[in-house]
Parts: sequence; C-alpha cells; structure tokens
Amino acid sequence: MTATATNQDADTELVIAKTEQLLRDYPPATTDRREFLSAQFDAGLAWVHFPKGKGGLELPRSLQHEVYVRLEEAGAPNGQMGNQLGYSMGAPTVLAWGDEQQHERYLRPIFLGDERWCQLFSEPGAGSDLAAVATRAVKDGDDWIMNGQKVWNSMASISDIGMLIARTDPEVPKHQGLTYFVIDMHAPGVEVRPLRQMTGEAEFNEVYLTDVRVPDAARLGAISAGWKVSMATLMNERVMFASEGMDKGPVETALDLYRERDHHEPELRTRMIDMWIKGRVLTLSNQRAAANRAAGTPGPEGSTGKIGYAELQQKGYELCLDLLGDESLLYDSYEMHEFTLESLKERPTKIDPRRRFLRSRANSIEGGSSEIMHNILAERVLGLPPEHRVDKDVPFSQVPRG
Amino acid sequence: MTTTEETEELRRTVRRFLDQRSTEAEVRRLMEDETGYDPAVWKQMAEQIGLQGLAIPEEFGGSGFSYNELRVVFEEMGRALLTAPFFATVALAANALIECGDDDAKKAYLPGIASGETIATLALSEERGGWDDKAVTLQASGSGSDWTLTGGKRFVPDAHVADLILVAARTADGISLFAVEKGAAGLSTEVELTMDLTRKLARVTLDSTPAQLIGTQGQAWNGLRRALRFAAVALAAEQVGGAQKVLDMTVQYSKERFQFGRPLGSFQALKHKMADMLVDIESAKSAAYDAARAVADGDADVELSASVAKAFCSETYFRTAAQGLQLHGGIGFTWEHPIHLYFKRAKSSEFLLGSPVYHRDLVGQALGI
Ligand SMILES: Cc1cc2nc3c(=O)[nH]c(=O)nc-3n(C[C@H](O)[C@H](O)[C@H](O)COP(=O)(O)OP(=O)(O)OC[C@H]3O[C@@H](n4cnc5c(N)ncnc54)[C@H](O)[C@@H]3O)c2cc1C
Repeated sequence: MTATATNQDADTELVIAKTEQLLRDYPPATTDRREFLSAQFDAGLAWVHFPKGKGGLELPRSLQHEVYVRLEEAGAPNGQMGNQLGYSMGAPTVLAWGDEQQHERYLRPIFLGDERWCQLFSEPGAGSDLAAVATRAVKDGDDWIMNGQKVWNSMASISDIGMLIARTDPEVPKHQGLTYFVIDMHAPGVEVRPLRQMTGEAEFNEVYLTDVRVPDAARLGAISAGWKVSMATLMNERVMFASEGMDKGPVETALDLYRERDHHEPELRTRMIDMWIKGRVLTLSNQRAAANRAAGTPGPEGSTGKIGYAELQQKGYELCLDLLGDESLLYDSYEMHEFTLESLKERPTKIDPRRRFLRSRANSIEGGSSEIMHNILAERVLGLPPEHRVDKDVPFSQVPRG
Repeated sequence: MTTTEETEELRRTVRRFLDQRSTEAEVRRLMEDETGYDPAVWKQMAEQIGLQGLAIPEEFGGSGFSYNELRVVFEEMGRALLTAPFFATVALAANALIECGDDDAKKAYLPGIASGETIATLALSEERGGWDDKAVTLQASGSGSDWTLTGGKRFVPDAHVADLILVAARTADGISLFAVEKGAAGLSTEVELTMDLTRKLARVTLDSTPAQLIGTQGQAWNGLRRALRFAAVALAAEQVGGAQKVLDMTVQYSKERFQFGRPLGSFQALKHKMADMLVDIESAKSAAYDAARAVADGDADVELSASVAKAFCSETYFRTAAQGLQLHGGIGFTWEHPIHLYFKRAKSSEFLLGSPVYHRDLVGQALGI
C-alpha cells in the first residue's frame, strides 16, 4: 500500500468520525436547522476542501460525499438545498478571490441559507460570448454606480446576492475591462422581472440595473480582473451540473416506467439498456474527474461532464416519454408561476417526467452551451488552434454587436 | 393529375391565406382557447379555397384532387401551426369514411365535410393509448341497424367540437365503425391538457349512446388501418412543413445574432449543424412526398410507404426542432419565442398515430423480420 493511499484512508476516517460526532452532538431530530448548519460549518464539514475556520478541513473535495450520505441518512438539514448557486459557485469564488473580510462576510451566511445567491452574468448581447457584457460600472467615490440589463437569471426573484460581472473599462479589449461584484439584490435600482419558459413557469428572470450604488467592498478580485474571477464561478458551475447528472434522474425514472409496462418493443428494450449503461458510465466518469480534482478548482475538463450531463438528461427524458406512450401527448400544467423556495426544494424525481423532458432542453444551453463546451475541449484541452477571432485585441467599444 | 406548377400555385394560395389567418398571435390565442379553432377561418377555408373538400371525390361534394395536392395543404398547415380541426376532419374522418366503403355513410357525411359544415373526427385509442386494432376494446351492443355504445375513448383530436365522431368498437365478428352525432344521448367530451396546445385532444365518454353502423359489422379494421396510414402521411407532410419552418427561422436568426463579434451563422460548428438539418429535412420530404404519391396512385405497398414516412419525418421534425431550439440559445427556451411551439408539435405528432418505434416495427413486419 502506498503512502498516498494510507493518507486517503486516514482522511476518510477523519471525515466520517467528524460527521458522526456532529450528528451525536446535534441530533437532527431535535436541532434547529440554522443551529445544525452552523455547527456543521464550524466542524469543517460544509466544504471539506476549504480552509479550516472557513467551513473546511483542507481535505480532498471528493470526501464531501462521505458527509452528505451520512447526513442524508440521518435526516439532517442540507446546506446546499435552496441555495445551490451560492453553495456550489458563489462560495468557491469568494474563497478563491475574496479577502479575509469577504470570507468572513459571505461564507457562513451562504451555508446557513441566510443569503441566497444568483448569477447575473448573461445579457441580451452576451450569452456564449460572456466577455461581451455591456453593463457599466463607474467609480463614484468609494462606491460604484451600475447601469445595464442582465437576462436568464435563475432564481433572481428570490435571491439576496447576485454574482455580477460589469464593464469597468470599455476602451480595452473585452476580456480586460471587466470587474466582478457581489451585489445586494435588494438595493435600490435593482428590478427583477420574471421570464416565462417553455415549461410554463418562470424559473429565470431579467434583471434591470438603474443607477445601482454598490460599495467597493462588494468587489471580488482586482479592478479589471473580472474575467479571471468569473472563470472560478463558471468552472464550478460546470462541475455542479455534471455532478447533478450523478443522481441519474432520467435513467431511474425510465427504468421505473419500463418496469411498469407490461409489453415491450425490442427497440425500447435496447434503448433502455443503452441509456442505463450511459448513465452508469457518466457516473463513473464524474467520480473519476472528482477524484482527479481532489485538490481544488476544476479545470476545462469539467466541460466533458457538462456535455455528458446534458445529453443524458435529454436522451433520458426522450426515452421516458416513449415509455409513457400516448400519455406523452398530455401535460401537467402550463400555469405561469414564479419560482418559490418550495419549488427549489422539490426533489426532481417528484416533478412530472413530461415537464422534466421540456426542462432538459435548457441543459445544453445554460451554464455554457454544448457547442461552447466542445470549443473549450477542442481548444483548451486538445490544444487545437482557435477559430479566428475578430474581437480579441480590439477595444470593446469597437466590436460589432447584434 | 396536376402539374408541379399548379401544385406550387396551390401552395402559394394556402400560404398567403395562412400568413393572414394563422399568425403567431392567432395561434397563441387559440392555444389558450378551449374550442381551439376560429369558426370564421374554418368557413373561409372551405368557401374561399375549398380546402376541406380538396381530396374528397366529386360525387360526394368534393373537388376530387389527389393526395399529391392534399399533402401540400398539410405541409403549409404544419408550417403555420394552424390550430383547427382540419387534421381530425380531413385526414382522420374523411379517410375513414372513404376507406370503410359504405355508400350511404359517404353520401350522408362527406358532402358536409367538403362544404365545411361538418367537423368530424375518429375515436380509436382508449385509456392506454395505441393506434392498432389492439387499442380497441370498447364493446358495442345491438344488432342490425340498432346499436348503442358504452365506454371511453381517449386522445381523440378535436372531439369536443366535432359534429360527427366515428367510433371504432368491437362487435361479434371483429372491429366495426360507428357514427355518433353531436348531442347524442349519453355522449360527453372533455378536453385534456396537451403538451402541444395547438392540437386539442379530448376524452370521449359514451353511455348507451345510440350509434349508426358504418359498413359491414366486424369488417372495419382493414379500411380503418388504411385510413390511419393515409392520415399518417398527412401528418408526415405537416411534419416536414414544420421542420422547414424551424430551419428557416434558425438560419435567419443565426445571420442576425452576433456573438464574439460575428454572426452565429459564421461558426463552422453551427454551419455544419444547419447543413445536417437541411439534409435531414430534404430526406424527410422525399419520404413524405413519395408516400403521398403512393396514396394517390393506389400503390399496393402504400402502407409500407406510409410507415416509412411517419417514422422518418417524426424523427426529423423532432431533431430539427430540438436543434433549432438549441441554436437560439436562451431565447429559444422562453415562452415568448415561437420555437417551443414547434418543438412541442414535433414531439406530440411523433406519438400521434403511432410512434417511430411502432412504425419501424411495421416496416420490419413488412420485410418479414
Ligand atoms: C434555463 C436557463 C437558466 C439560465 N440561468 C442563468 C443564470 O442563472 N445566470 C446567467 O447569467 N445566465 C443564465 N442562463 C444563460 C445561459 O448561460 C445562456 O443562455 C447561454 O450562455 C447561451 O447564451 P445565449 O442564450 O445568448 O445564446 P447565444 O450565445 O446567442 O447562442 C445561440 C447558439 O449559438 C451557439 N454558439 C454561440 N457561439 C458559438 C461559437 N463560437 N461556436 C459555435 N456555436 C456557438 C450556442 O451554442 C447556441 O446554440 C440560463 C439559461 C437557461 C436556458
């Protein structure tokens, strides 16, 4: 047995021991949610790969899984629930780019669910081409004044803090003039309007910013370093999507539907088996990738998992519909409603498969489209020559837009 | 027999009409409206262009054109997402009446369909769905010319507005077809919430409902099966019309939308996708047009052509709609943008009249494997 393997075993044992200790000291049945999560944070079991005192134990990221299975079994509250973006994207970005005061200010409230986070990246003119954001932030004394429009912002209507990139210098090439902020969604001048989706409800929103005053203390990273900071958010977002794929929602649903049917066309059987294998392989790949990234920030290879996740969701729910047969001609409800805290906490498997089928079309668009993921793999992982870029070394103010 | 020029003239006429009468705003209005069609437009379709009667034989009040012309109409309707009981009336009911070979029934109902007075549909599927003879379990009781029906039908297009519902039911010697008229005792209908809101599907409940036997007792299945295949060809034409529209919209958008300082359509990854979509749609057209020709010519293996078209065009439409949605990015996932209407039509028409899995199986059977 190698030294690393022994270390790994010791680390695993430590995490398990600490989790069990936590459950003993704070029995979930009799402990208040915030109190439990606060204790979990202090025990370093919020993000095990974070530094000590900041919700972590400086252990490999993959060990977080050991915590969650045990907490779930014991019926303990879940710090990610209802605040996935804060937990999976906001916190690692704050940790990587924030200063001590910002760590102190943001990490615990994220984990305790005191502040819900959303992502204010995309704009009407900046989707795949995220570095083209046009929202302006102009320095005014110790504050920044922001004006612009964001779009497709999931959960913005029920969030407290928005991760935002804004243009602070339009006279340099687009990647160089951006700065990253974490803004107060309740500040004057922030207006959130729900956008209805093809599923019927409004999970995402448009966010209008009109003369919003943001203190400089809400800036993450240096002025003009916004692109690099946002990479930390995006890489973690892709990994978040990929690891959601591990719950095998569509495959398990398909298997249940398959078993309920009393007759099977051979083609459906073939596809069922094929889908199950794909789901299993995707899980294995995600586990392997998680182990590889044990140390810290995920890299461009996270794109593989994101592509695989989108495909599995889409093909998986297509199979579910085929298994439902003519019931797929129908729908549960197109009633327009905004996203609520309850809808966030709903287990995906409780949602009607036909709704999940429609929702799955977004999986290859949100968090970076599958085409963009392919470009990243080709250029950043395989090292293939990039497409000729007309906009890279030109001041942002001179780039064609539409 | 008409020339290509005449067919294209028909296409232009129908497109002009639908451009005015089946706008996106109108489609959206009818989606939310339970009736699901505009009676004034329905009347104009019959009186101004004679669409309902286009392929009904002249002796029964129609214009006697063939499926070669009718498929153009369906293509255009698919393109415009026409929200009306046209598919139910013309593709399902008229074909069922023609193929079940009962002159009295044809005389009684086809002229009304041709003139636009009668909205009709075919009720085949039951609680569990399905589009073959096994789907039919409802038992008719009676004999001679005295029949009643009790039971339920599901997934019946536009039954809630139909003046005439043709109901497939079991009798002593097999499957029979019955006519049930609007307002008949014990008849009730209820629209279900469909994924594709542009096509209404209803439940039909019959409780000792008096019904008129069409054709010979127990002998309806052969005719019904042919009618279902012909309707599938109409659906395939609708599908290629919709797919073409999605490609047109996508190409247009990719020329106007800029990311990375250039139009989306200039990225090779997207050009290739749109080229693939084009190849796919052109192939689907070949399958749909040939199937329509096979119906018109009365080919011996017309049912095989129909299954090939239904399986192929269903998948092409769905792939095209899914890819088109993808190429629109976030806007394509919104309620406000029309592409999801095509996406949902694509998915639901994939199931209607039998999924690709079902039709591929029929092709396999025809091949003896
Ligand atoms: C359900 C949902 C939730 C979302 N939530 C959030 C959120 O919370 N916060 C947030 O900031 N954003 C969010 N988004 C936005 C999402 O990140 C963008 O939609 C996405 O990045 C695509 O941008 P776009 O919509 O402008 O499409 P576009 O960038 O216009 O892309 C349109 C099509 O062109 C393709 N394309 C673009 N550039 C290239 C290229 N160089 N090569 C090949 N193909 C290309 C794309 O892949 C896509 O298929 C969400 C989106 C959805 C659908």
